[in-house]
Amino acid sequence: MNLRLSTGPHFVSRESTQTLMLDVIIALIPTTAAGIYLFGTKAAWVLAAAVIAAVACEYIFQKLAKRPVRVTDLSAVVTGLLVGLNMPAEVPLWLPAIGSAIAILLVKELFGGIGHNFLNPALLARGILLASWPARMSVYFMPVRLLGNTSAIPAGVDAVSSATPLIRPGGYEIYDLLLGNIPGTIGEVCKIAILIGFLYMLFVGTIKWHIPVLFVGTVALITWITGGDVLKAVLSGGLLFGAVFMATDYVTNPMLFTGQVIFAIGCGVIVAVVRMTKAYPEGVTFAILLMNILTPLIDRMTSRKVYGTVKQHA
Amino acid sequence: MHEKKHSLRGVFVNGILNENPIFRLVLGVCPTLASTTSATNGLGMGLAATFVLLGSNVVISLLRNIIPDKVRIPAFIVVISTFVTIIQMLIQAFVPALYDALGLFIPLIVVNCIILARAEAFAAKYSVLFSAADGLGMGLGFTGALILIGSIREMIGSGTIFGNALFGASFEPMLLVTMAPGGFIVFGLILGIINTVTERVSKRKGAQAS
Repeated sequence: MNLRLSTGPHFVSRESTQTLMLDVIIALIPTTAAGIYLFGTKAAWVLAAAVIAAVACEYIFQKLAKRPVRVTDLSAVVTGLLVGLNMPAEVPLWLPAIGSAIAILLVKELFGGIGHNFLNPALLARGILLASWPARMSVYFMPVRLLGNTSAIPAGVDAVSSATPLIRPGGYEIYDLLLGNIPGTIGEVCKIAILIGFLYMLFVGTIKWHIPVLFVGTVALITWITGGDVLKAVLSGGLLFGAVFMATDYVTNPMLFTGQVIFAIGCGVIVAVVRMTKAYPEGVTFAILLMNILTPLIDRMTSRKVYGTVKQHA
Repeated sequence: MHEKKHSLRGVFVNGILNENPIFRLVLGVCPTLASTTSATNGLGMGLAATFVLLGSNVVISLLRNIIPDKVRIPAFIVVISTFVTIIQMLIQAFVPALYDALGLFIPLIVVNCIILARAEAFAAKYSVLFSAADGLGMGLGFTGALILIGSIREMIGSGTIFGNALFGASFEPMLLVTMAPGGFIVFGLILGIINTVTERVSKRKGAQAS
C-alpha cells in the first residue's frame, strides 16, 4: 500500500517554478532588448553564450549525477541571462560561458540544485569573474548606439573604454543615465527598462516591493545625508539592476518581512559605504553577496515564536 | 603490541592512500591551502614536512618509553621543533627562493597537526622501524596531495606547471584560483571527487561480497 503523506496547506495554484521563472524572463526582456540595442550584436552573442552554457551545464550535471533533469523549469535560463547581463559587452565569449558554468555547477548544483544555493549563483559568478579577470570585467565601454535625443557621444568603430560613471558622477546627464547612454554592463545601463521589468514583476506578484525600494532608498538616504547627488547615485552603476533582479532572489534572502527589511537596508548601507570609501567603484555585487551570507542568521534572529512552543536557546 | 597485524609495507602505503593526511584525515589544511599556490611550493612544503615527520617519528619512537605520559605533548613539540629548525636553516641556505615563497609557513610546520597526530597516535606506540615507515608514508601522502592541489591551482591560476608555460600566450589565467578562495574551492572539489569515487568502490565491493 502506498500512502502519500504531505503537510498542509493543501493548496493548488497555477504557480510553479516554471511560471515564476517565465515571469522573471518576461521582466528581463526590456533590459535585454535595451542592452542589445545599445551595445549591438556583441551583447547578443554574450547573452546567448551565457544562456546556452548555463542550460548545457545544468543538463549535463543532472544527467551525470543521475538527478532528475529539471532544465525545463527555466531557472538555468534566468541564471544564464543574469550572468550575461552582468558583464560588459566587449568580452570574449569564453568569459560568459565560464561565468555560467561557475554559477550553475559550483554555486547551484554542487550545493543541491535549485533552492539550495546559499548565494545568488549569477552574482557569485560575477564576483569570481571580477576577481579572476579584473581587466576584462571592470573595463566598461560606451554603447555603440544611443537612445533618444542626447548629447552623449556613442563609441565609434573602435569601442572606447571608459570608466564607470560612478568614477566621474558629474559627467552624465540624468536623461542619459535613465535611457542608458552611459558605459556599463549590458543589463545595468538602461534604467527605464529595469523599472519596466520591476513594475511587471510587482504587477504579477513575482516579487514584493520592499527589498528593492528599501535597498535603493537606503543608498539614496545615505547619499543625501553625506551631501551627494541623490538622483545620480541611484541611477548610476548596477544599483537598480542589483536591487530589482539580484537582491530579490527567493532562495538567498530572508523568509519573513522583518528579515527582508534588515536584508535590504544592510545591502544599501554596504553599497553606500563601498562607494564612499572608493576602494572599488561599485559595491552592489559585494553588498548583496555579503547579505546573502548573513541571511540564515537574519532568519534565526527574526523567526517568529510559534504559538504553544517555548523559545529555544541554541 | 599490534605490530603483528601490520606489515612495514602496509604501514607505509596506509599513509599515502587509505589514511592520506590531506584527503582522508583532513589534517594540516592550513599549510595545504597556503603553500599550494604552485606545484613547486607544494613540493617544497611537502618534502620539508616529510623530513620533519620522518625525524620526529623516529626520535619520539626511540624515546617513547622514557617520556613521562603527563608531559608527552611538550616533549613531542620540542623534538618536532628541533627538526623544523634544522629544515628551516637548510632551506634558507640551499633553496632561498623556496624560503621566500613559503615564508612563515616553514616555522609553522611545528604546529602542523599531521606531525603531532602521528607522534601521538603512532610513534609513541610503535617501534622505530614502523614509526619511520609511517612517517615516510604520511609525509609522501602529504607531499603527493600538495603537488596535486598545487599543480591544479598553478595550471588554472597561472597557466604554468612547475614554472613551465603550458598554454599559448592567448591563455588568460583565472587569478582567483591562486588566491585563498581558489585554494578552498579546489581543495573542496578534490575532496568531493575522492569521496564519490571511494563510495562507489566500496559499494561495488559490498555488492560483490553479498
